[in-house]
Amino acid sequence: MEALVASAVGVLTAAGIFLILRRRTFPVILGLSLITYAVNVFLFATGRLALNAPAVLNKYEEVPYTDPLPQALVLTAIVISFGMTAVIVMIALSAYLSSKDDHIDMTAQDCVDAPGEDA
Amino acid sequence: MNHWIVAPIVLPAILAPFIIMVLRYHLDLQRIFSVAGVVTLLGIALTITAQASGGDIQVYELGDWPAPFGIVMVLDRMSAMMVLLTALLALPIVLYAIGSGWDQRGNHFHALFHFQLMGVCGAFLTGDAFNLFVFFEVLLIASYGLMTHGGGSVRLKAGVQYVAYNLLGSTLFLFALGTLYGVTGTLNMADIAVRVAELPAEDTALLRVGAVLLLLVFCIKAAVLPLHFWLPASYANAPLPVAALFAIMTKVGAYSILRMYTLAFGPEVEATQGLVGDWLQPAAILTLAVGAIGILGAQHIARMVAFCAIASMGTLLIAISLFTPQATAAALYYIFHSTLATALLFLVADLVMERRGGAIIPKPPMPQSGLISALFFVGAIAMAGMPPLSGFIGKLLVLDAARDASNANAIWFVILVGSFVTIVGLARAGSLIFWKSHDAQYAEETEPTELEETDVQPATEPQPGLAFTAIFGAVAGLILLTLFAGPALEYTSKTAEQLFTPERYISAVLGGEE
Repeated sequence: MEALVASAVGVLTAAGIFLILRRRTFPVILGLSLITYAVNVFLFATGRLALNAPAVLNKYEEVPYTDPLPQALVLTAIVISFGMTAVIVMIALSAYLSSKDDHIDMTAQDCVDAPGEDA
Repeated sequence: MNHWIVAPIVLPAILAPFIIMVLRYHLDLQRIFSVAGVVTLLGIALTITAQASGGDIQVYELGDWPAPFGIVMVLDRMSAMMVLLTALLALPIVLYAIGSGWDQRGNHFHALFHFQLMGVCGAFLTGDAFNLFVFFEVLLIASYGLMTHGGGSVRLKAGVQYVAYNLLGSTLFLFALGTLYGVTGTLNMADIAVRVAELPAEDTALLRVGAVLLLLVFCIKAAVLPLHFWLPASYANAPLPVAALFAIMTKVGAYSILRMYTLAFGPEVEATQGLVGDWLQPAAILTLAVGAIGILGAQHIARMVAFCAIASMGTLLIAISLFTPQATAAALYYIFHSTLATALLFLVADLVMERRGGAIIPKPPMPQSGLISALFFVGAIAMAGMPPLSGFIGKLLVLDAARDASNANAIWFVILVGSFVTIVGLARAGSLIFWKSHDAQYAEETEPTELEETDVQPATEPQPGLAFTAIFGAVAGLILLTLFAGPALEYTSKTAEQLFTPERYISAVLGGEE
């Protein structure tokens, strides 16, 4: 199972990085989402993989348990990455609508013009 | 427990939603509450700095959970100093934003501003690595809103890049934290330090990976050389008062490097020896070089100031990467100076851009040219590190601290030549913008289209008097830092001493109640 989870993280990250290096915003955002999925699975695995184990200690007998902390961390990470993806979609959408261009790189002209001056 | 410690986080955390939900349609009230909030924050920051200056490390356990299990806030000299710097920086910026009318060119400026302050103060005060990530996110989320404040296609485009880059940085941060948690089983910084020291020497490969990943994240925030690409486009296209506030964000990266790599992965820890200083120093030297060249080559005043920020981060990180108490004291002094100087230059650049556009080419003279050029001159002197302002003292301290370093020659050469190139670059920009303007007036008739374009009036009248007052406030900060360099240096020396005895931090956090 370790190999499966590890390769899943690896494949997701690799695909994410490939997409992030594209030139248009849509693939880049997809790539960012894939990488955040990868990191979520990775965070799960940092508590060691345990099958069918509760995330709480048992007071009465010795039973296997899984580390609850990474699950809490993952929850935070999911919420943050979800919110961030929504934010970047909105900003990218308004950038696309205002310039009719969804290239992520800036042109040489963009570097000379300041936003205050193209209004 | 001392409840003052959590006040710099709680105050903006309450004020910002209050501004959004109650004062949404009342710009005047928003402004009053926002300024009052920043002034209160300054008062709190002064209080906690006074408390921390005694040398005690105070711990605030959130929810009263004992240290390695709950999240702790830690107040030591360095975090108190950084919170004070944040508040000192925020006051002129909020006044400038009001005076120049920037806060009404989009929605929720003041609320986002306070959320940003919350994130920054939280990052400085927290004693938990995952909590540091959360506060990084808080300040980043607010900064996304501030960065795209006012809209415009170029700014939004730059905003997409900025968000994408930082999202990637946050993901990297999570990978780093996951690795560290997997190795040490804890996320409390003091506890990490204890576990790292206990780890057997042959079992540290993963730990080293985690430490380097963490360094990469902080280097993205601090805009160290191979990872600095986000900074010029983001800062130059953000509203410039916001860019001035962002001057503290790169310092959050520098602070985190200093915190983690003196506490947990300190120079004496065998497992991570030779990882940080050895890699950080060449990168910092190159950062300074690229920043200086960028200042010389920039064709837009905002980009030029952004490269000033990169160059000053280079100088700062050279000092940090030496990891000696003397160099760290110099670095802490320089943090204070470079934050104020960068913010000052961004605000002056905004005055210039509002009046004549930011391109560094001769154009007809603008109103209040004399006053603005004098302010630019002061900012340039401070940034380049010329006497009599605090930049000179800061750079002198850094050079002095680097005297015994292994590659002192390279450091001295790059800092001195970099300062010279910075002077040339700033002088070039200053003379083209302020001196040559009169020539341009006679050389060519003004293009009427140009005037119409730049002549956009905001909804209500801006108050330039307030804007200038704010800038003079920043200048006063630099002058005070120069005049009181002695006491300031004494404080930073004690801070450095405290940083290099991490045992005190660890026993304060893990040793139970004070």
